[in-house]
Amino acid sequence: MVYRSHVLICNGTGCTASKAPEIMARLEKELAAKGIEKEVKIVKTGCFGLCEKGPIMVIYPEGATYCHVTPDDVEEIVNEHLVKGRIVKRLLLGDKDVEDVARSLDNVGFFNRQVRVALRNCGVINPENIEEYIARDGYAALAKAVTEMTPQQVIDEIKKSGLRGRGGGGFPTGLKWQFAAKEVNDVKYVCCNADEGDPGAFMDRSILEGDPHSVLEAMAIAGYAIGSNQGYIYVRAEYPIAVQRLKIAIQQAKDYGLLGNNIFGTDFSFDIDIRLGAGAFVCGEETALMTSIEGKRGEPRTRPPFPAVKGLWGKPTILNNVETYANIPVILLKGADWFSSIGTEKSKGTKVFAVGGKINNTGLVEIPMGMTLREVIYDIGGGIPKGKKFKAAQTGGPSGGCIPASHIDVPIDYDNLIELGSMMGSGGLIVMDEDTCMVDIAKFFLEFTVDESCGKCPPCRIGTKRMLEILERITSGRGEEGDIEKLETLAESIKQGALCGLGQTAPNPVLSTLRYFRDEYEAHVKEHKCPAGVCKALLKYMIIPEKCKGCSLCSRKCPVNAISGEVKKPYVIDQSKCIKCGVCMETCKFAAIEKK
Amino acid sequence: MKSVEELKAIREKALKEISIRENEDKTRIVVGMATCGIAAGARPVMNAFIEELEKRNIRNVTVSMTGCIGICRLEPVAEVIEANGQKTTYVKLDAEKARRIVAEHIVNQKPVTEFTIGAAER
Ligand SMILES: Cc1cc2nc3c(=O)[nH]c(=O)nc-3n(C[C@H](O)[C@H](O)[C@H](O)COP(=O)(O)O)c2cc1C
Ligand code: SF4
Ligand code: SF4
Ligand code: SF4
Ligand code: FES
Repeated sequence: MVYRSHVLICNGTGCTASKAPEIMARLEKELAAKGIEKEVKIVKTGCFGLCEKGPIMVIYPEGATYCHVTPDDVEEIVNEHLVKGRIVKRLLLGDKDVEDVARSLDNVGFFNRQVRVALRNCGVINPENIEEYIARDGYAALAKAVTEMTPQQVIDEIKKSGLRGRGGGGFPTGLKWQFAAKEVNDVKYVCCNADEGDPGAFMDRSILEGDPHSVLEAMAIAGYAIGSNQGYIYVRAEYPIAVQRLKIAIQQAKDYGLLGNNIFGTDFSFDIDIRLGAGAFVCGEETALMTSIEGKRGEPRTRPPFPAVKGLWGKPTILNNVETYANIPVILLKGADWFSSIGTEKSKGTKVFAVGGKINNTGLVEIPMGMTLREVIYDIGGGIPKGKKFKAAQTGGPSGGCIPASHIDVPIDYDNLIELGSMMGSGGLIVMDEDTCMVDIAKFFLEFTVDESCGKCPPCRIGTKRMLEILERITSGRGEEGDIEKLETLAESIKQGALCGLGQTAPNPVLSTLRYFRDEYEAHVKEHKCPAGVCKALLKYMIIPEKCKGCSLCSRKCPVNAISGEVKKPYVIDQSKCIKCGVCMETCKFAAIEKK
Repeated sequence: MKSVEELKAIREKALKEISIRENEDKTRIVVGMATCGIAAGARPVMNAFIEELEKRNIRNVTVSMTGCIGICRLEPVAEVIEANGQKTTYVKLDAEKARRIVAEHIVNQKPVTEFTIGAAER
């Protein structure tokens, strides 16, 4: 049976939370009521990257993309679009007045500047149907590898493509595979890092939810390349939908003989199992991850020996990130030359970012390496809300740093970001506007690392806590002369002395904000002021006598009765009583209250 | 999976299923399906288009519906819009005519002049 129309409904984590399942149920009911359930196919997909605008629904062949769909909109969509062929313009994403909405998805700035390699199937196929993946050339790369190429040829192709690890470090993937392939051992392992600990990041989750087979296929290819028969996916237990889709995908791949023994009739056999992580950030670190898979407490150990030599259960092991794997099948099919034609000299291909913070279009975007931050923020991201000024963007999460507005035109790639004192990281990108306090941001990330430090080595366990104490002092108005210098000395010794990447990179958010926004730190310490007006303890709410009409509204709203005065004369705030809740400022109709 | 051929066979079959979602340029057949069109028998016409395309394994053509085209007396109406934007309007259709349009216009690229709006108006 061929359907004349496909209705794709996002079933990613975001849209599932915003009622996608109810919408599916309503759709089934309405289609049946109209007697067209045999003409229209309902397809569950993974994340489109537009979670903020979800639930998302796309109807083909028109390609009309509807956003913020509610269960109550379904009847209209069925009546108008599916029965009468009239697009429901009020629900369209982007330009609602376009005449030819056909292909509206491509016409939206959010999408048409993106280059989708790792996300090629997300939002296009049903992730729970292996045949849809196969239709999009799925498993053809594995077929090619095992039937036409030698393991060394596979490794050479990956090396030539210039692919670097997308999990943060940016280590060349082909080289990593080469090291493991060189080891002589009957047992080797292929691991996938789906721990995704960076707060605010959800690239890997989206790939697992939207295109799980691409990761399975790539792991099998890696297995063939290094001589391994067993793979493990380490995924955090907080990703129930991703875990479920992975389980379904593994079962289907086994049923189709794409995992298991004698794949494509060759003597190559490969299996994959899932291991659930408890969600500790440090378990994303490679040695900790492997100890955790072994069933022990996830703590890092010293390297060398590197996992390629002695990894899981002491055997040669490779570990790659979800997004790294998602690129592999395309590279083998389209060729290393095609892949390396995208990107910059030393950073090839694309990178997926989870763009969040003060930006209009939050969501998942995949851009060619070398695109500037300005293009990401303004062309794809739609700019900063309320016309505010861009101040900085944080990449690399708690291990990274910020890129200030003065560097907004720098092409994004591994090396440029390092040079700016930040890093690519796994792909979190938090946009900050003029109302953001950089000391407060640094404190936020440091709080995260202090919480997540495993405590094994003192520089990290004690050092980061000392740094946090200083930051807490500074942001509460008790900063002292010399605090900034103390932060710098501590940062240096932690970087030198910490055992694993968590500790080694923990000071980065502080160092990078110090590098670009030292004056803000100084204002906090020396003048006890927060220039962005964020740090509560340093703020003062004050009534501007010239503007105050004496209406008394604020004094009635203040929860602690800190405001007093005579009607029709300027009111005053008793600073000793004020708890800085901000209610008065919101209440005043004459903009007579300021915070400083 | 014992061979690459097996994979290719699955791919062929599955591709047919999802080709509707490909974003490349393709010919569209748009059938007028407002109340007037449905009353005049547009639904069997649309089904005939779909079945015929399916039977002939044609993938780069989609069938969709539109509202009233504004020529109710000539319903059922369908437009064939080619990738280059060229539009042919067929009127007073039935299932049989729809099949011929697929055979002659879509397959052999010769519009069926006798069914077009021009012929009907003459
Ligand atoms: C504290 C810490 C946390 C990490 N978390 C992750 C993570 O969540 N996901 C990930 O892919 N890599 C993470 N990494 C990087 C991994 O150790 C490893 O380098 C990476 O998974 C290798 O894969 P790639 O080469 O494909 O990037 C983390 C590293 C450190 C030090
Ligand atoms: S650096 Fe921190 S997280 Fe890493 S081993 Fe030491 S204490 Fe644990
Ligand atoms: S609400 Fe504004 S105008 Fe009214 S008393 Fe308070 S500060 Fe003055
Ligand atoms: S900030 Fe809150 S506590 Fe302070 S004066 Fe205004 S309303 Fe009262
Ligand atoms: S979960 Fe639906 S767009 Fe992301």
